[in-house]
Amino acid sequence: MRIGLTLRAGLVSLLLFGLFVGAWHIGTAGTGPAVKMDPEYAKLMGATATQGKSAMPGPAEVGARIWQHLKDPFYDRGTNDKGLGIQLAYSIARVLAGYLIAVAVAIPIGFLIGMSPLMSRALDPFIQILKPISPLAWMPLALYTIRDSGISAIFVIFICSVWPMLINTAFGVASVRREWLNVAKTLEMSPGRTAWRVILPAAAPTILTGMRISIGIAWLVIVAAEMLVGGTGIGYFVWNEWNNLSITNVITAILFIGVVGMALDQLMARLQHMVAYAD
Amino acid sequence: MSKAFISVEGLTRRFPEPSGKAELTVFEDLWFGVEEGEFACVIGHSGCGKSTILNILAGLDAPTAGHIIAAGKHVQGPSLDRAVIFQGHALMPWLSALGNVELAVSSRHPGWSRAQIRAHAMKYLALVHLDGSELKKPAQLSGGMRQRVGIARALAIEPRMLLMDEPFSALDALTRGSLQDEVIAIRNATRQTVFMITHDVDEALLLADKILLMTNGPKAWVAEIVANTLPKERTRAELHKQPNYYPLRNHLIDFLVTRSRALALDPEARPSNRNPPVIRPTAAPPHAATSHHPQSAGQAPAPHLASARIAATQAAG
Ligand SMILES: Nc1ncnc2c1ncn2[C@@H]1O[C@H](COP(=O)(O)OP(=O)(O)OP(=O)(O)O)[C@@H](O)[C@H]1O
Ligand SMILES: [Mg+2]
Repeated sequence: MRIGLTLRAGLVSLLLFGLFVGAWHIGTAGTGPAVKMDPEYAKLMGATATQGKSAMPGPAEVGARIWQHLKDPFYDRGTNDKGLGIQLAYSIARVLAGYLIAVAVAIPIGFLIGMSPLMSRALDPFIQILKPISPLAWMPLALYTIRDSGISAIFVIFICSVWPMLINTAFGVASVRREWLNVAKTLEMSPGRTAWRVILPAAAPTILTGMRISIGIAWLVIVAAEMLVGGTGIGYFVWNEWNNLSITNVITAILFIGVVGMALDQLMARLQHMVAYAD
Repeated sequence: MSKAFISVEGLTRRFPEPSGKAELTVFEDLWFGVEEGEFACVIGHSGCGKSTILNILAGLDAPTAGHIIAAGKHVQGPSLDRAVIFQGHALMPWLSALGNVELAVSSRHPGWSRAQIRAHAMKYLALVHLDGSELKKPAQLSGGMRQRVGIARALAIEPRMLLMDEPFSALDALTRGSLQDEVIAIRNATRQTVFMITHDVDEALLLADKILLMTNGPKAWVAEIVANTLPKERTRAELHKQPNYYPLRNHLIDFLVTRSRALALDPEARPSNRNPPVIRPTAAPPHAATSHHPQSAGQAPAPHLASARIAATQAAG
């Protein structure tokens, strides 16, 4: 009997997951002798340390916490105690705001660069210098000029997601096949109609590739940005739980960050599939 | 003598050489005309500048000197009056066959409703026997079907003239044959003016009313215009049974194999008069192959064809 590849891969995935959880369980279950330590430090570290139990929560603990968060994702008990759902919603909103502004800026400018060799040359030095700057390096400048931590985070998202989209749009537009443009010309299409009916669909797969890279980077950066600006968001949550020494919450948040990142990526993959064409 | 429908006047095209200041003169001071309703083919070796002429005629390229008057208008850019069928089908791969034709129709008739555009596009897809495959994307169509969509797209804008750059050269012989039949049928129905480039002597003899022979480049010129002396109603199957077929074919092959190159190498070969001589190869003795017997051409005798001076010595090859 032959089992389908998908099924076999699924079984292997399950097996690996089981092994990982098992190892994790064994690794964190140990109850070694209590370590002698500074009582002040012991107080800081809480019962886990003083009782000789590993500070690292086991899988059962994390599982229970995930379940708890899933049951009540949107509770709000003050600044430092909000549900994971709320924190993720803040982060997603910031990412989307910065990302959409980046789309609105990068795609028109990318068109301009792709269609005009002059603008391409003229803007190239700026892009080359600005592109490799870590988006977080902009944070102090943003905080100083904007004077609003939330908007500064959005700005950082904007600046990190603009480059892949800009470069891919310019490349996609510049490499639209000449014969398609000639068809548009012989049909006496206006420049606007040519851009909309020919160049945009022709370059769409390349543009979407850039947009998919951008959303990935934006989701990576938002965690770090929120750790810096604080207040709300999943990045702030992680940092806050670290300060609370709640490793369980940190691990839970890490898992949710991964899931949301995957969902965003899959969404873009879906869009990418929609505009793809076989040549 | 009134001006031809397409009148090429002193056309010159030079390209800057990438290495240094020297210029490449593809052709210089070309003069010829194509009458309304006429099917003209250009034959010449690769690189002699056929596509360059067609691109200038399409308005996609500009001449270095000279100009073209088409349908009474100075060609200064692309126009919906001059539809182009490209060598690579040049279909938009993200649009279906119907979508490709609709794009052209909606460019021609911006005010039409969606239903009107669709109906008009479907009519032309049916003309090339593609109704039933209209929702397929170009990638799902065979090479011949793609070229048919290209033809439908060109015809759907109802142009004054059709420009074709080796439209069938990428197809296998069988597909090419059936598309040639289709072109004949469409042209018999529409009397469309056609300017076509081909490498295929038989294709030219089957389709064209007259065949322009270009010498090798650079500095190519139209050495002569061969009037097709085969009967007007001709089919692929009967082509080689016509008495004038072999004289015509031999004349064209002889030009391509030896004369196109010899003429290009001989600096004295280019005559000083503008209009290329018109040659009418027939099965009759050489002296009959002149304008004294225009009826032997079996063609609608276009005025400038009949009036062109013909050197009998050139006719003999
Ligand atoms: N954009 C260009 N820049 C420089 N040279 C060019 C350009 N386009 C064409 N040429 C040159 O002009 C000459 C004629 O080219 P063209 O494409 O018209 O030839 P052709 O007769 O159509 O050949 P083929 O039968 O192979 O299609 C060639 O020598 C080519 O290298
Ligand atoms: Mg060519």
